[in-house]
Amino acid sequence: MATVRALRSCSRTAGRLICVHHIRSCTSVRFIKSKYMSIFDKSAFKFSHQHRLFRTSTISNGQIVQFKLSDIGEGITEVTVKEWYVKEGDSVSQFDSICEVQSDKASVTITSRYDGIIRKLHYNLDEIAYVGKPLVDIETDVLKAVSSEEDVVETPAVSHEEQTHQEIKGHKTLATPAVRRLAMENNIKLSEVVGTGKDNRILKEDILNYLAKQTGAILPPSPKPEIIPPLPKPETVPPAPKDRGTKIAIPISKPIVFAGKDKTEAVTGFHKAMVKTMTAALQIPHFGYCDEIDLTQLVQLREELKPVAQARGVKVSFMPFFIKAASLGLLHYPILNASVDENCQSITYKASHNIGVAMDTEQGLIVPNVKNVQVCSVFDIASELNRLQTLGSSGQLGTNDLTGGTFTLSNIGTIGGTYAKPVILPPEVAIGALGKIQVLPRFNGKGEVFKAQIMNVSWSADHRIIDGATMARFSNLWKSYLENPASMLVDLK
Amino acid sequence: MVILLSLKNCFQLHYGLKIPAAGFRCSANTGLIIQSVSSDIYQNLAVEDWVHDNMTLEDRHVLFMWRNSPTVVIGRHQNPWQECNLKIMREKNIKLARRRSGGGTVYHDLGNINLTFFTSKKKYERMENLKLVVRALKALRPQFDVRATERYDLLLNGNFKISGTAAKLGRTVAYHHCTLLCNADRFLLSSVLKSPYKGIKSNATPSMPALVKNLFEEDPSLTCEIVMDAIAAEYARCHKIDHCITLINPGDETVFPGINMKTKELQTWDWIYGKTPKFSIRTCFNMVYKQSLLEVKVDIQVKHGRIEACNIDLPEQWLPPAMCSELEKNLTGSKLCPSETAALASTLLRVCPQNYELHSKWSLLCETVMTLM
Repeated sequence: MATVRALRSCSRTAGRLICVHHIRSCTSVRFIKSKYMSIFDKSAFKFSHQHRLFRTSTISNGQIVQFKLSDIGEGITEVTVKEWYVKEGDSVSQFDSICEVQSDKASVTITSRYDGIIRKLHYNLDEIAYVGKPLVDIETDVLKAVSSEEDVVETPAVSHEEQTHQEIKGHKTLATPAVRRLAMENNIKLSEVVGTGKDNRILKEDILNYLAKQTGAILPPSPKPEIIPPLPKPETVPPAPKDRGTKIAIPISKPIVFAGKDKTEAVTGFHKAMVKTMTAALQIPHFGYCDEIDLTQLVQLREELKPVAQARGVKVSFMPFFIKAASLGLLHYPILNASVDENCQSITYKASHNIGVAMDTEQGLIVPNVKNVQVCSVFDIASELNRLQTLGSSGQLGTNDLTGGTFTLSNIGTIGGTYAKPVILPPEVAIGALGKIQVLPRFNGKGEVFKAQIMNVSWSADHRIIDGATMARFSNLWKSYLENPASMLVDLK
Repeated sequence: MVILLSLKNCFQLHYGLKIPAAGFRCSANTGLIIQSVSSDIYQNLAVEDWVHDNMTLEDRHVLFMWRNSPTVVIGRHQNPWQECNLKIMREKNIKLARRRSGGGTVYHDLGNINLTFFTSKKKYERMENLKLVVRALKALRPQFDVRATERYDLLLNGNFKISGTAAKLGRTVAYHHCTLLCNADRFLLSSVLKSPYKGIKSNATPSMPALVKNLFEEDPSLTCEIVMDAIAAEYARCHKIDHCITLINPGDETVFPGINMKTKELQTWDWIYGKTPKFSIRTCFNMVYKQSLLEVKVDIQVKHGRIEACNIDLPEQWLPPAMCSELEKNLTGSKLCPSETAALASTLLRVCPQNYELHSKWSLLCETVMTLM
């Protein structure tokens, strides 16, 4: 049935092709063109792009239309071009944004009136553009036979409720003239076609689908609107539509099409610096040592101290205790608070315990440090942590807070995890990662099961100068301070 | 005056379907007055975006009234480094937003009223809107000397600016919005809107500084609520609609489908800072190091808010040239942002020779460069 119709319309086309200048509706001609080719080719009824070769010999490659800057209102005659959204060679659809212009405190988005390819931008950035003069040249084969009033079609915007035919009727339907002509030639009422384009626009595909439903025939598939370039040269044939080939009337599951594209961007700024630092860090021979800490008593202590902390206006978490305990431990094992030079020829035992705390900010995981923990009380540490956290969240951390660290603790447990394998931050020689606190069953001294608050710690140290025994003893000492907070009192400086 | 709380149906009516207005107090065909319950600048700007993109306003007008917590709002094509003091803003937790309309920079707080007049593109008429506001104020306090100027400002007593204007025209919808200073913090306003950054060369739209005054200073009995109500009353009278204000929640996705995505987009660094037109910073500093004064020349090209190229000229051998070029190399491509630079600089320091003097020089240099941001 469709073939017969095709033949009929083809013979009409044959006559039309002679008076070629007046008929420029791209989509309808292209559609008819395929049928035209099939007769002359006597080949399978397959949509091929070679017909363009045929076409170019009689008609030029689409026409260049000068898109003029339309009236903006309020008697404005000139505007400044502030931003281009397209460049030469880009393809645009009708209603896509082309550029942003500014005039006297008003910012105006200029949208395209045509589908096509941008061939020329008439202005550079910050140049003055004039109303009524050409703004861009677009190569298109959609010739608007009617005046420019048509592009400002005001139809109701789509609501998210179901659009039934009753609601569509009586409203002006959106469709380009090419689509209208196609409908007219096939005797289709636009009001009966459901539009699938933007704002319920009726696209060529909708007409074809409608036709297919009417005739139940196999129609040649057409390319999706987004990849229609008007008339490229034959070499630059666009990728074939994905549903090329015969379309079966009964819809089977369509092949899953993923239209996502890979995105490559340069590594810059903080991340670039991290690349350098982490590469250097992994030159250090690491060894790990892990353990679990029973924080039941510490949890209780913190609860008791909460009102005192509140009275002083300081938020106390577990970190200040961990940090202070680490500093007490470092007093006994100063090699963990040291630094080696590049060739590992000399070791510097740092006097200050500047303990770094990994913090999650906009930039990523940065490590500000609390200076001189060896002379700070738990409260001092807590208020300093508060200060660093406030600065970190508002992007105000300075280099002073971020440099000079000698030892680092990373409380990754606030996000999650148990054991980790932290990477030492040069020029330090050790780092600890704290997992989350979990309530787990454990046995006490009497052999009874009780609820314990268990946290895991994972240490990494520079094996060139630190041995396992040192790390283990430091960890045990740190653990004993936390499992029995009263013992911290004894050693507190 | 009647305020209808969250009349979802009333609002969805205006979403384009031609359904008779019978039974609803707001007449559906000519006008609608809405007021935001949120004081978040991004949410409120998203409402403007949403109305611009989703409503058709052939014969309809909408008035949107909103107020924000302390924020500086720059115009679409402006340069924040040129317009405001980002350092003070970070310290005082004042937000920065870039709106989609043109025009200059303004400071908002809860003592400032924002009015947005939505119309179809054909009915876009800024002077009429401003005359409406003047009439409303005169009706409230006839003794006020308020006038609109050619530049679409509103002046009090002939020389104090109480309102600034900006507009956005899309394909079918246009909006004109303006501020109105009722009781804003004038001193904070003037300190925040003064840029401390020197040496900036840019083609971005500059702002015109002006003397400002609050309506409250003319008549302490005026509050924002009274003024908003007066304007709504005048709007209702003009467009022959009922004087009723619909409260809207800009976070409600069911009334404004897709609005949360718009809000998020307005908060991204790439929109707020990245949309700055290309500019360059060329300046000289004097750094004090151990009782000596050092001259540093800096030349930075910034595109999309990121450092495209950077050149730092230091006195000979003050810092090993390798380190200086390392800094320049790493700054290239990085955001023009002090926290990013601080993080970058301190990370790079980890792999430098561990020498106290070197470290302190490096930190000093980085802190100096950071003052440009």
